[in-house]
Amino acid sequence: MTAEFGLAALWLAAALAVLQLVAGALALTQRGSDLAGVVRPVAVVQGLLALVAFAALIRVFAITDLSVKLVALNSHSMKPLIYKIAGTWGNHEGSMLLWVTVMGMAGGFVALVERRLPERTMLATLAGQAFVSIGFYAFLLIASNPFERLSPVPAEGNGLNPLLQDLGLAFHPPTLYLGYVGLSVAFSFAIGALVTREVGPAFARAMRPWVLGAWIFLTLGITAGSYWAYYELGWGGWWFWDPVENASLMPWLAATALLHSASVLAARNALRAWTIMLGVVAFSMSMIGTFLVRSGILTSVHAFAVDPERGTFILALLAINIGGALTLFGLRAGTVTEGERFAPVSREGALVLNNVMLSAILGIVLFGTLYPLLAEALGAKVSVGPPYFNPMTALFFVPMLLVLAAGPLLRWRRDRMNRVSRPLLLAAVATLLALIGVVLLGGVALLPFLGLALGAGLAVASVLPLRRRNLRRTPLPIWGMVIAHFGVAVSLIGMASESAFSVERLVAVRPGEVTSVGPWSVRLARVEPVAGPNWTALEGELQVSYRNAAPSVLRPQSRSFWAPTQQTSESALLTRWNGQLYTVLGEEASQGRWQLRLWWKPFVTLIWAGGFLIALGGMMALFGRVASDLRRLIARDKIAYRRERQGR
Amino acid sequence: MNGEPGKAPRLAIWLPLALFVAFVALVAVGLLRPADRNVASTLIDKPLPQFVLPPSLPQSGGIRSADFVGQKPRLLNIFASWCLPCQAEAPQLAQLKAAGVEIDGISVRDRPETLRAFLAQNGNPYTHIGADDSGQVQLSLGSSGVPETYVIDGRGRIRYQHIGEIRVEHIPMLLEKLKAAQ
Repeated sequence: MTAEFGLAALWLAAALAVLQLVAGALALTQRGSDLAGVVRPVAVVQGLLALVAFAALIRVFAITDLSVKLVALNSHSMKPLIYKIAGTWGNHEGSMLLWVTVMGMAGGFVALVERRLPERTMLATLAGQAFVSIGFYAFLLIASNPFERLSPVPAEGNGLNPLLQDLGLAFHPPTLYLGYVGLSVAFSFAIGALVTREVGPAFARAMRPWVLGAWIFLTLGITAGSYWAYYELGWGGWWFWDPVENASLMPWLAATALLHSASVLAARNALRAWTIMLGVVAFSMSMIGTFLVRSGILTSVHAFAVDPERGTFILALLAINIGGALTLFGLRAGTVTEGERFAPVSREGALVLNNVMLSAILGIVLFGTLYPLLAEALGAKVSVGPPYFNPMTALFFVPMLLVLAAGPLLRWRRDRMNRVSRPLLLAAVATLLALIGVVLLGGVALLPFLGLALGAGLAVASVLPLRRRNLRRTPLPIWGMVIAHFGVAVSLIGMASESAFSVERLVAVRPGEVTSVGPWSVRLARVEPVAGPNWTALEGELQVSYRNAAPSVLRPQSRSFWAPTQQTSESALLTRWNGQLYTVLGEEASQGRWQLRLWWKPFVTLIWAGGFLIALGGMMALFGRVASDLRRLIARDKIAYRRERQGR
Repeated sequence: MNGEPGKAPRLAIWLPLALFVAFVALVAVGLLRPADRNVASTLIDKPLPQFVLPPSLPQSGGIRSADFVGQKPRLLNIFASWCLPCQAEAPQLAQLKAAGVEIDGISVRDRPETLRAFLAQNGNPYTHIGADDSGQVQLSLGSSGVPETYVIDGRGRIRYQHIGEIRVEHIPMLLEKLKAAQ
């Protein structure tokens, strides 16, 4: 019953989305204006119904109802409960249902709380949100029904890809989706503003918290995903420029640019058309990314769910949504009057540069991701990897860092460089010291070399906006900016240090033998079989000690899952404040020896620590903005209340 | 960046749409034409890498890459007694042998006694069998698993790589490749 109940809720939600679109669009005309009152409640109920459908799917997965085809294909009764639940979104249909659920909930939430925009823009926004949702509802109901029954009922399910049976990963897709789909709000706001031509600071202030919220989730999702790939795939790398990774990076780049341009629009009423376009582009990148991943058009290590037929369906959706939005943009952007002017050396100028650089990096990543496709259309097979992405993105990342150091110190509208050159001297000194330090160490390649030096300078520059401020009275969004920028520096230092100072060893040792990697000595004590709930494994016991300190024990495994049958290597990591020891147990070599793959990665954890700092900065900014909005709202109500009483 | 331009130029406004249309066109082409997932080995039409392998069994004779020069085209089959698909392809190898094809084998990480039992059970279509105990030669041939079969022409060049077991329907294709290699 649960499955039918869920399906019914999904159909109802889809029907309400149609109502939301029609009522919203009609309410914009003169004759339909009495429909305006319907739109907000419908949006809320639509979101709730999508949530009900999703909860129903979670339930059939939790109780392993094998008469539902999706459960039979992707789950197994022997799986731990947490992975049964996570299995709900670990497959194509479930993840698309999660997508529409998040989208419906986001739309409902906007309808419920957003009161700052002119009502007409709000109606157009909600209609836009419904329009995009309808496409995805249709996709679910027509081409990927998650509640489809299976007859006869199989005795046992197929299981979940063991690579996905990991606690971190269980919550990785929902986090990313909250980010991807949260950007749909910005998209709909942009559509709404284009329809009614009402673009201004109020629009930017209304849109900013939504973008910020989505951006925080994206940042967390990318950071967690990178850490997952790092320890789960057992290759010791943390970013592979894989199409799926790029698919999450591209919306993040666009959203980052959007956040910065929205702050120009909010503070100075400039960059109007540009901000609107970024609003369209950010969510378009989410959709394109999802399409590239789901259609199987690009081969990737992440190809868990590929299907060309569905690809065609999503492509049609993309063409309608993005093509429509960009056409509307082309028709209307010319009539959106441009805002205030500003001098090149000013906060706005720095933010424009930031936007240009971010857009360039976005273009490079998009081109690199699509290039194999382009080459294949011309009859050649290529794969594009770090040799393209690293230097090309660095080309724009490095100047962006320089702007990042100076920009927050500049005043709005017009400023002089020599006003900020004194504090920036501090950052320059830090850069110089790092340069000298790295040169003394020697043997570091150009990019990590630049990364270490600029990272040090940026770490100093990022806290400079706090200078001469009363730290207690500094607004939260400023703290957020400082912490996020500091996070960029921390992450950069981690990346550069990992690539400059990592030590790798591949050895074959007998139990009892000792080997070393970097400052570590590693003794293979024994290899024994162990068993888990749905796997068996060979587990190595390693006694590792850092510079002859007391040894700790690491237990890397080579795991065999039986449903479905697959081998994975479970790396074992030891984290110190100054880096990580990364160990992988390989195959049995001849004469009782075992392959061990060992890495010592100094300061590698800074990469993800930086990512979390960036997200934390976003959270502080969001909290600050929402709190001040609430204060303003309450104050306005108080004034209105007083006036009313005085009027009496 | 001389302040904000009064209005963005008309053409620039349509640029995102133009780029997007190009993207859709590209992707549509990719979707309509089913992708060819086979990755062709870069060793195709290259000479065999240099190797000398000792005999797997006393009477089987070893294999040297130099032996392939000046012969008629032949198959080089990479197999192992511990590999199930290799058993499955044995009848097809026998059929190829019966059609007059010369087949050499490389047994990967194998033991003489199990290999002997394997050949006794499945027949021995091989002219020579070399023992690749470390798997190094297999790797240098660009082979990532067993079984794999290469078509080698009379000048010792790799002409074709067949990944996985040879099924009945592959036999005409392999004969064709051998003919083309002459």
